Amino acid sequence: MVQQGEDTSRDQFRRQGADVAAIAKLEDGRLVLSGRLLIDTVATLAQDSHGAEAIDIAQVSQMDTAGAWYVVDAQRRMTDGKDDVPILGADDMQQQLIEVVRRNMPLEDTGSATRVSLADRVEALGRKTAAGARIAVELTSFLGQVIAALGSMVIHPRRLRLTSLVHHMQEVGWNAIPIVALMSFLIGVVLAFQGSVQLRQFGAEVFVVDLIAISVLRELGILLTAIIVAGRSGSAYTAAIGSMKMREEVDAMRTIGLDPIDILVVPRVLALILILPVLGLISDLAGLVGGAMMSWIELGVSPAVFQARLVSNTDVWHFLVGMIKAPFFAMIIGIIGCYEGLKVGGNAESLGRLTSTSVVLSIFMVIVADAIFSVVFALIGI
Amino acid sequence: MSDAEPIIKVRGLTKGFGSHLVHKGLDLDVRRGEIIGIVGGSGTGKSVLLQQIVGLLKPDSGSIEVFGQSVQGTPPEQYKQLRRRWGVMFQDGALFSSLTVRQNVEAPMREQLDLPNALRETLAGIKVRMVGLEEVAHSKFPSELSGGMRKRAGFARAIALDPEIVFLDEPTAGLDPIGAAAFDTLIRKLQTTLGLTVFLVTHDLDSLHAICDRIAVLAEKKVLAVGTMAELMEVDHPWVHEYFHGPRARAALKTEQDEKVP
Repeated sequence: MVQQGEDTSRDQFRRQGADVAAIAKLEDGRLVLSGRLLIDTVATLAQDSHGAEAIDIAQVSQMDTAGAWYVVDAQRRMTDGKDDVPILGADDMQQQLIEVVRRNMPLEDTGSATRVSLADRVEALGRKTAAGARIAVELTSFLGQVIAALGSMVIHPRRLRLTSLVHHMQEVGWNAIPIVALMSFLIGVVLAFQGSVQLRQFGAEVFVVDLIAISVLRELGILLTAIIVAGRSGSAYTAAIGSMKMREEVDAMRTIGLDPIDILVVPRVLALILILPVLGLISDLAGLVGGAMMSWIELGVSPAVFQARLVSNTDVWHFLVGMIKAPFFAMIIGIIGCYEGLKVGGNAESLGRLTSTSVVLSIFMVIVADAIFSVVFALIGI
Repeated sequence: MSDAEPIIKVRGLTKGFGSHLVHKGLDLDVRRGEIIGIVGGSGTGKSVLLQQIVGLLKPDSGSIEVFGQSVQGTPPEQYKQLRRRWGVMFQDGALFSSLTVRQNVEAPMREQLDLPNALRETLAGIKVRMVGLEEVAHSKFPSELSGGMRKRAGFARAIALDPEIVFLDEPTAGLDPIGAAAFDTLIRKLQTTLGLTVFLVTHDLDSLHAICDRIAVLAEKKVLAVGTMAELMEVDHPWVHEYFHGPRARAALKTEQDEKVP
C-alpha cells in the first residue's frame, strides 16, 4: 500500500518493482541481485558468490539496512585481499545506505571463549567469600545505624513517625493474624496426631500434652511465625523501599534533610519488633487450641485434662523462651528487608533479585539465630 | 510532494479522560518523507495523540489512517503488519532493563522475524553503531548508560526493522545542548539515509528550527496551525505568537540564521 506519489528520491528508494523475493545468482562473473532486498528476505539468499568479480544491484527494487548489509558482506567476502569488488547499478539512495552500513559494520568477533581454569575458580570462590564478608560488615553497620536512630528517638520521641509506625503495625501485624493463626492451628493438629500415634505404643498418650506444649511454645510457634512474616512483610519492605530507591525518592529525601533511616527504616523495624511477640503469642494460642482439639478427638484427652496437665507440667519458661526470641527475629527480618531495599539500583531486575535475596537471607538468619538461642538457653539451663 | 496522499491522516479525532476533553475534532496530515514537529503546551495531548496514532490508546471518535489503513478498524493480523512499518521511541528510551542494548534492538527482530542468530546480532550491531553508540556500549544494560545513550539506544530499537515512520517522543528532552544538537543531526542523517518519515513530539525550539520540515501546533484541543517555521511566525494566535516570538525562540532562530543548515 505504499503510495506511488511523486517520484521523490525517497520514493525511488522504496520504489515498487516486480513484487518478487530477493534473488542472488551468478551471471558472467557478476553477482546479480534482484527483487526486494529486505530484512525478511536476506536470510534466504545464498551466501555463495565464488569467483564473482562485481556485484550488480541495478535490478533491486527495494533495499533496507539488512539488504545493504548483505551487499557489503558479499563484497567483503569476495574482495579477500584483491582490489575492491565494484558495486554496480546503485542509485544515490542505495549508495548512501551502503556507505552508512559499511561504516557501521560490527568489528570482527575478537572475543574468543576462554576456558575457565582452576585459578579462575579459586579466584571466583575468593571473590564470593569476600563479597559475603562485605555484606556481613555492611549489615552490621546498618544494624548499628538503626539502633543509633532508635536510641536517639528515645531521647527525642518527637522524631518518631507515629502514623507511619501504626500503619506498618497494622500492615505486618493485624493483617497477618489470620494466616499466622491458621498455620499454627494446623501445626498443633499435626503434632497431636503424629505424637499420639507414637506415644500410644508406650501407653503414654497423655504425654502428648507436654509434646505439644513444649514444641509449640518453645520453638515452632515463634519460628514459623517469623518465617511467615519474613516471606510476607520482609519482602514487602524490600519491594517498597526498593521501588522508592529506583525512582530516586530516597535521594530526594536526603536532599531536603530527611533521613531515610528515620523515615523509612525505623518505623518498619520498630513495628516488627512490637508486633512479632504479639503474633507469636497468637500463634502459641492457636497451636495449643489445635493440639487440644486433636488430642480430644484422637486420644480422648478432654480439654479440661489438657488444660490441667498444661498448667501443672509445663514450666512457664518454655513460653518465655519463645517470647524472648521474638524481638530478635523481628530485628533480623526488619533490618535485612530494609537493607536489601536500600541496595536496589536503577533497574527493575535488581528489585526482583534483591526481594528474593531478602526473603531467603532473613529466613536463613532467623533459623541461625534460633540455633544460637537453643545453645545459649541449654548452657544457662532453661 | 504536497499532492501526495498523506502517510498519516487524522480526521475529527476526539479523546477525553473522564470529563476532561483532550482532543476535540483534531485534524492532521503527515506527508511521506517529512519531519513533522508537534508542539504545544504541557497537557495539550501531544503524547496522547502519538499514542492514539500507534494504537496504544483508543480515540473516542474520529478516524486515524496510517498508510491508508485505519489503525483502529483493522483486524489484529493486519494491525501486526501495520505495526511493523513504524517504530516508536518513548521518552527516555523505555528500554527493557533486563536486556543489554544490543538485545533490546534485537527484541523486535526476534519477535517479528525468523532470522538466524548470527545475522540478527550483526544487523542489531549495525543499528546500534548507526545511532552512534560504540562497541563497548553494546553489551551494557540500560541502567549503566547515560540519558543520552539511553535515548540513542531507544532510537536504535525504533529503527530495528527499517520502518517507514518513526515516532519520537521528546527525543532531546533532558539532554545537554551539545548532545541535543548531535541527536538532531542523527535524526536528520538517518531520516535521509533510511528514507524515514519522522513524527517528532518536542519542546525543543532548536530541534524545530534545525530539522523540522513542518510544525504542527496543538492548542485548544486541536491542531491550531501547521506550516513551516516561517509561516508559523506569521500566525496571530496569542499562544503561537508567544511560542515563536519569545526570547528562547528568537535566540534559536538567530543561531539558525547564523549557521544556516542546508
